[in-house]
Amino acid sequence: MALLQIAEPGQAQAPHQHRLAAGIDLGTTNSLVATVRSGRAETLPDDEGRHLLPSVVRYREGTVLVGYDAKRAETEDPLNTISSAKRLIGRGVDDIKTLGSRLPYRFVQQQTSAPRIQTVAGDVSPVEVSAEILKVLAQRAEDTLDGELSGVVITVPAYFDEAQRQATKDAAKLAGLHVLRLLNEPTAAAVAYGLDQGAEGVHAIYDLGGGTFDISILRLNKGVFEVMATGGDSALGGDDFDRVLAEWIMQQAGIDSDADHAQLKRLMHAGCAAKEALSEADETSIRVVLEDGAHWEGGLLRSEFNDLVDPLIKKTLIACRRALRDAGVTVEEVQEVVMVGGSTRVPRVRERVGELFGAQPLVAMDPDRVVAVGAAIQADILAGNKPDDEMLLLDVIPLSLGLETMGGLTEKLVNRNTTIPVARAQEFTTFKDGQTAMAIHVVQGDRELVSDCRSLARFELRSIPPMVAGAARIRVTFAVDADGLLSVSAIEQSSGVQASIEVKPSYGLTDNEIETMLRDSIAHAGEDKRARDLREQQVEADRVIEALEAALAEDGERLLNQEERRQVASALDGLRSVARADQRQVIKAAIAALEKRCGFYVERRMNQSIQQAMSGHKVDEFE
Amino acid sequence: MLDFSKNYFDLFSLPVGYTVDSRSLAERYRELQRVMHPDRYANATEQERRLSVQSASLINEAFETLKDPIARAGYLLTLHGVEIDAQSESTQDMDFLMQQMALRETLEAIPDQPDPYEAIIALRSMIDKRITDLVAQMAVHFETPTEERLEAAREILRKMCFLQKLHAEAERVEAALEDELN
Repeated sequence: MALLQIAEPGQAQAPHQHRLAAGIDLGTTNSLVATVRSGRAETLPDDEGRHLLPSVVRYREGTVLVGYDAKRAETEDPLNTISSAKRLIGRGVDDIKTLGSRLPYRFVQQQTSAPRIQTVAGDVSPVEVSAEILKVLAQRAEDTLDGELSGVVITVPAYFDEAQRQATKDAAKLAGLHVLRLLNEPTAAAVAYGLDQGAEGVHAIYDLGGGTFDISILRLNKGVFEVMATGGDSALGGDDFDRVLAEWIMQQAGIDSDADHAQLKRLMHAGCAAKEALSEADETSIRVVLEDGAHWEGGLLRSEFNDLVDPLIKKTLIACRRALRDAGVTVEEVQEVVMVGGSTRVPRVRERVGELFGAQPLVAMDPDRVVAVGAAIQADILAGNKPDDEMLLLDVIPLSLGLETMGGLTEKLVNRNTTIPVARAQEFTTFKDGQTAMAIHVVQGDRELVSDCRSLARFELRSIPPMVAGAARIRVTFAVDADGLLSVSAIEQSSGVQASIEVKPSYGLTDNEIETMLRDSIAHAGEDKRARDLREQQVEADRVIEALEAALAEDGERLLNQEERRQVASALDGLRSVARADQRQVIKAAIAALEKRCGFYVERRMNQSIQQAMSGHKVDEFE
Repeated sequence: MLDFSKNYFDLFSLPVGYTVDSRSLAERYRELQRVMHPDRYANATEQERRLSVQSASLINEAFETLKDPIARAGYLLTLHGVEIDAQSESTQDMDFLMQQMALRETLEAIPDQPDPYEAIIALRSMIDKRITDLVAQMAVHFETPTEERLEAAREILRKMCFLQKLHAEAERVEAALEDELN
C-alpha cells in the first residue's frame, strides 16, 4: 500500500533539522551563555573575549547598560545600577527587608507585594532587570550562531521556591525567549561533569555562588541523573562573604553603619578584593577611601578571614547533612563531591567541605562555567537535536508544598524532595449551606506554621453549585511540572462542574502585569504586540505540523488504518492552509480542531512508547 | 498515552503482591520515564506536553508508592477493597503501645545522654529494625489474602504508621542535634 502524500512539495522538513538552542546560567554576580557546537558544549565569549557577563544593569535616561559597562558605574551611580537582582527576584518587599537591609536601592512602596526599584528610567522590577541580562546573552548566542534561538534552558538554584522560578520564567518571557526548561544549577553541573567524566554512583554537588547555595545528592546511572535530595539557602553566597568583610572593615576603620550607598559599594568591593586575594595569599592589605577623602589601611590574615566566614560555611554544612539524611545515604556512600560556583575558590570552603565528606572535593571543571555548559547540553537535547540520546534528568521539589488549614497551620500536600512532575489531589467541602466560593492558600516550606512558610498564592474557587453544607465535594488538583512550577485545577465531583480559579500570586506578577510589561517593552522596540502574538501562534502552528508530519513518517503506516490516515492528513491540510493566516484566532482555532481530530493518534503513539518500553517484561516472568 | 486505570503493579508489569523486586521496579521506572518524561516532549505540541506531564506524574506517584513498604501496604489494602485511614486509626495492641511509649521516652531523654548523637542513631536503627520486622510479617498476609489476613495486615499497617511518625520525630531531633554540633 502506498504511503499517503502528506507534505506539499518544497515544504517537507529535513528529518533532523538542527535547531539552535542555548543554556543560560543567570547568576547573582555573573551570567554566562553556552551552546553545543560540533558536538562540544562551550561557553560563548563577547567581542572582547570575555565569557562572564556581570549581572549588573545600569539604567540611564533612554538607555540601558548591561555587564561590565554597568558594573563600572556601580560606585558612582549606585541607585540606578542594579546588581544582584537574583536576590530580589520572586520575593516580596518584606522578605527583602529582612534579607538585606543594606541593599542600596530605593524601593517603591506600592500595592502589589512584588518590589520595584526607583531609577532615572522609571521604576523597574527585578524581573525586568533579569530580562535585560537574558536579552544580552541571547543576543550573544544568536550573533555567534548566526541564527534565531529556538529555545533556551535557564538555570536556577535548586533551592529556589516556586515564586522565584516563576519570576525567572517571566523574565525570559519578557526577553522574548522560549524556555525549554528551568534546570536546577547543581543538576546542570552534574550533567556537564557526569557526561565528561563518565561518572556513576552517588555524587554530591556543592554549589556556592554569588548569592545562593545549593547542595544536591544525585545518583548517576547509565545516563539517568536522579536527584535524591536537595537543600540549600537561596540567600547565601559569596556576596555574604564580602558583606562580613565589609562590616569588619567598617568596624576597624570606624565607619558608621549609616554610610552612604556609594561608600557601602566601595566597602563591598574592598571586601571582595580581599577575599579573592586571600584565596591565593596568606595575608592581604586593604585600603579604602573614607567619606572625608582620607584613607584607611589595614591588613587581614587568612586565618582571621576564615574565622569571619566560618559561621557562613557552617550554615552550608548543616544543609549538606540534612540533604544526606533526606537522600538516605551516608557520607561513605558518596563517591565524590563536586565543587561548583565561584565561591568554592575560597580555600576554607574546600577545606570544610572536604572534612565533612571525608574526601578531597573535586574541582576538575571551571566552577564558573560548568553550570552553563550543563544547561547547553540539555538545551541541545530538548531542542530535538539528539533524538536518540539516553540522558534523562529526574529532579525534585526542594521545599514542601502545603495548604493553610484552621488555626494558621500548614497541611503538607507534597513533601520536599519528591520527584517532579507530581500531582496531588485534595478534596474539600463547603462549610455553609449554599456556599458557592471558597478560598485556598498555598504555601511552600517545611515549617508547621503558615506564617513561617512562603506564601505562594491564594486561589478562589468560584461557581461551586449551591448545596447543603458538606455536600459539595470539590476535588482540587495541584500539579508541579518539570520546571517546578505549580498549577491548580478544581472540579466539583458530584455535579462535575469545573470550579473556576482565580490566582493571586503572593509575590509574583499577575498575568496582567506581565502583559503590561510586555507591551511596554515591545513599544520600546517599536514592535506591535499583535504582530508578536500572531507570530507566536504561527510558530506554534508550525510546531504542530512538524510534529505530526514527523509522527506520520515514523509510524503512520503502522498505527493508523487507511481511513484514519486520511482523516489525519485532512486535518493537517486544514491547519496548513491557515498556518500563515494573519489572524491569530483563526490559527488558534485550527490548531484546536486538529488536536481534537488527531488526539486519538497522539494517545496511541504515547501508548505505544510505553508498550515498547515495557516489552519483554511480562508479569509471568516472575512466576 | 498511559492507561490511567491500570493499577500501579500493572503499570510496571510487576505481579500484584507485597514482595516487590526493588531492582526491577527501579529499572522499569527509569524505562517508563525515558519515554514519558516531559523532557522527551519539549518540542512536541501542547497536547502531547500536557499528556506527558500527567503520565510522568502518575509514574512518579506509582513508583513512590510501590517503593515504600508502608505506602505499598496501604495501596495493596485499597486494591483488596480495604479502605484505611492509617494516620488516624490506632492499634489496640497493649504490648505494642507499651513499647511505643518506651521508645518515645528514650527519644525525649536523648538530649540528656552523654553522647546524644550516638544515642539518636541507635534509636533510629532500632525503629528501622522494628519496621523491617513488620514488613516481614506483612508479606505473609498478602500471600493468601483472606478477610482475616487482610484485617491482620491492616493492624500491622497501623503499627507501621506509628513507627513511621516516631521515625520522623527522631529525624527532627537528629537535625536539631547536628545544628548544635556544627
